[in-house]
Amino acid sequence: MADAPTLKINPDLVARIRAHGAETYPHECCGALLGRDPTGDVATTSVAGVKMASREILALFPLVNRRDDSPRNRFSVTSDDVRAAEKAAELQGLSVVGWYHSHPDHPAEPSDFDREHAWPWYSYVIVSVANGVAEYMTSWRLSDDRSGFACEDVVIGDAAAK
Amino acid sequence: MAVKVIIPTPLRLYAGKRDSVECGAGTVGEALRHLTTTYGDLRRHLFTEDGKLRSFVNVYLNDEDIRYSGKEETPTKDGDTISIVPSIAGGLSFGAA
Repeated sequence: MADAPTLKINPDLVARIRAHGAETYPHECCGALLGRDPTGDVATTSVAGVKMASREILALFPLVNRRDDSPRNRFSVTSDDVRAAEKAAELQGLSVVGWYHSHPDHPAEPSDFDREHAWPWYSYVIVSVANGVAEYMTSWRLSDDRSGFACEDVVIGDAAAK
Repeated sequence: MAVKVIIPTPLRLYAGKRDSVECGAGTVGEALRHLTTTYGDLRRHLFTEDGKLRSFVNVYLNDEDIRYSGKEETPTKDGDTISIVPSIAGGLSFGAA
């Protein structure tokens, strides 16, 4: 059994993700997580599921949900947005290490649709928003074989603000 | 002719931890097939089981999105660079896809 990976994030960034989810309610919000992974460019997952090192989120890059047909239950970020997020990260000496989005009136758990549109290595943070109020926040990583997500521990602390 | 394929960070583990791979290819599709033949574990993250590029996987030849040129049949020339960029999507399981 793999040890759970860890995502470090400071309280201010958590508050901003939650506020973004509340602000766009009843639609889904989305954005990029910029930070550092101690393994650099090398993913630490494996088919055997070895331990994944912790990573640290140091900035956010909020994005516009491009889904105007069903924004209540879908979010979409174009490849141009992804490239813009990567550029923003690079300018800050960081990397895009994941993505966040909200689940309006729905638990903070990844859906099959999330799984079908994900890659391993990235952290996928989900915040549930009930009646306009942000509630639980979780983070997930896709397995190597694309069969499901593993929940990663979210460590909220000021140490991540360095 | 040699083209360079940039491997996105999340997929480098499946490509021998390399950030790019050079290969001989006459089209973008040939380069991608070469890549996923050499690194079989990459295949499932780029292609569906029936061999189609996943809907959220975008491929650029130099700075051009191949969706607007010849898709996977887009011809390459020596020194071209191919980038693989995801579009990020997700959401709840109910309602429209």
